Amino acid sequence: MNTTTLPLVKPDNAGSTIARALRNTWAFLKENRMFTTGALLLVALLLFGVVGSALMDLKAADMGTNPLNLAPTWQYPLGTDGFGRNMLAVMVYAIPNTFKIGFLAGVVGVVIGTLIGLFAGYFKGPLDTFFSTFADVMLVIPTLAILITVSAYVRVVTVETMALIVGLLAWPLPARVIRAQTLSLRERLFVDVAKLSGASDFDIIITQILPNLTAYLAATFVGAVSGGILASVGVEVLGLGPQTIPTIGRTLYYAFQRSALFRGMYWWWGPPVVTLAIIFSGLFQMSISLDKYANPRTKSGSGG
Amino acid sequence: MRGLDIRYFVRRIWMFFLVIFIAASFNFLIPRLAPGNPIGAITSRMANASAGIENGQAMFEAYRKRFGLDEPMYVQYGKYMWNVIHLDFGQSLSAYPADVWDIIKPAVGWSVGLIGVSVMLTFALGITIGAALAWKGTPRIVRSLLPLTMIGGVLPYYLMGILLLYVFAFTARLLPMSGAADSSIPVEFDWPYVQTIASHAVLPALSIILTSLGTWALTMRGLIVNTVGEDYMLLADAKGLKKMRILWWYSVRNAIPPQVTHLAIALGYVVSGAILVEIVFSYPGLGYQLYQAIVNSDYTVIQGITLVLTLSVGFSVLIIDLIYPRLDPRVTYVAESSG
Repeated sequence: MNTTTLPLVKPDNAGSTIARALRNTWAFLKENRMFTTGALLLVALLLFGVVGSALMDLKAADMGTNPLNLAPTWQYPLGTDGFGRNMLAVMVYAIPNTFKIGFLAGVVGVVIGTLIGLFAGYFKGPLDTFFSTFADVMLVIPTLAILITVSAYVRVVTVETMALIVGLLAWPLPARVIRAQTLSLRERLFVDVAKLSGASDFDIIITQILPNLTAYLAATFVGAVSGGILASVGVEVLGLGPQTIPTIGRTLYYAFQRSALFRGMYWWWGPPVVTLAIIFSGLFQMSISLDKYANPRTKSGSGG
Repeated sequence: MRGLDIRYFVRRIWMFFLVIFIAASFNFLIPRLAPGNPIGAITSRMANASAGIENGQAMFEAYRKRFGLDEPMYVQYGKYMWNVIHLDFGQSLSAYPADVWDIIKPAVGWSVGLIGVSVMLTFALGITIGAALAWKGTPRIVRSLLPLTMIGGVLPYYLMGILLLYVFAFTARLLPMSGAADSSIPVEFDWPYVQTIASHAVLPALSIILTSLGTWALTMRGLIVNTVGEDYMLLADAKGLKKMRILWWYSVRNAIPPQVTHLAIALGYVVSGAILVEIVFSYPGLGYQLYQAIVNSDYTVIQGITLVLTLSVGFSVLIIDLIYPRLDPRVTYVAESSG
């Protein structure tokens, strides 16, 4: 069952039609039920946030706009917190923000990591030594430690700055994965053929090597989004990060600060916990099912 | 000829110093590159708070001198590095004359104890469960129950912590809700004190163990399954060794080195997760100190703690790397000249 190999994309495939791409996507989703379940969980949650923002008055997520500490009722389905914020409005507001941070951080991390991995793996030499060592060091340093220092000093105001900072620290893992694959791909026959037919190094990287990394890019992207959300929520739980915009982490921070747990206010800490559980299990299912494309391993263990 | 590859050890130690150097450089640069000159703002606020009325400017200058901000950047950098090597992180801003290291020191023990015990338990349990999952002789009932350990695997540690706290401490009132020891029990090495420490550590440790156990067991199972086709397994079988001996001394033994490598890679993640668990349980380790420092805007303590966290992860990875050759002797030998 684990014998699926990396689908090799030939460069002359580039001109395929949209219909074919859709058909391929559909086939992929049908074949990988776990991926589809995970993706659906995330889409449902995102829709909850987006549709909710359109239907609800988000002013209800401001402090002092509602009665304090109300348990869930018909009027307030998720109750109100100790600052008089309608918890439903807070969650509706916070969920898209959290997705945004994770998505942007994932894009930034994977783009930087891919560029470094491609060039280091293709050209090798001192550049490769420098970046590989740097990536190894960055993998030892806990990301959260640097993030905390940065967000303690840089008063992060917007969701975008937060995403950028998290993304700038998310490159080492993608860089390492992409570099390892590039090292092996550059020795393949089709690269030699391209070289002999006079393609430039840049052409080879873009048209010969990059298309063969799709599975790895997808897998590292899901990983980077997951890591980005984990890191940003972690920073928010500590009371750092965006201060004025509701985020899931900051909701938890307020809940801790005001001892919501000990006061039995389950509607205060419950929704962020459930939301995060859905997000992480969705991303986990996606990454597990992408793993079989990114790390094809036969039973005898002769992977690679 | 096979000889000891000394480059392995040199490279590990060099990596360790590189980790310290880069982490300390980040710590030095971030406040100085941050927009709005935060250090200047802090010193002037302190000068205002303490002097206010007369000689304000002189006070400000005195503070700048005190923190060495009047010197050129490279001198500050050199001094900073020198101090970091001596675990001198300066003085706390919120409890001014107190040394940062004196504030951090008591917290280190709690964190190292909590994280150390949890990681070791997870590692041992993960290996055992993984082995039981892979072994054909495991009773079916046990085998079908084991995947339950993987349920928590997708949650961050602190979310598991919140759930455990709610169920076992708040609702069932079986275990204490916060802190590391009952303050009414005198600090002595006797049974009641050990008991209170253990009962306070159960839930924080469980939050880490329950969430990480599944992944360990799963990778362990995969690694053991991979040993099935190997020649040494065939040999062991042919020699007529007992099944249990083959499982533990051939399958598990060969699956442990890659697991130890995973541990070294995962350590930074574990520590990041654990500091948030400490906040959930108000456990007086580095994470809780960090939270307090953030609440008080105590920048020097924040930086001291984040640096100590990085140093301890780097140091643990170094230790793992240095004992690794004992687990997998192949890595420190130069390969045969023909290979």
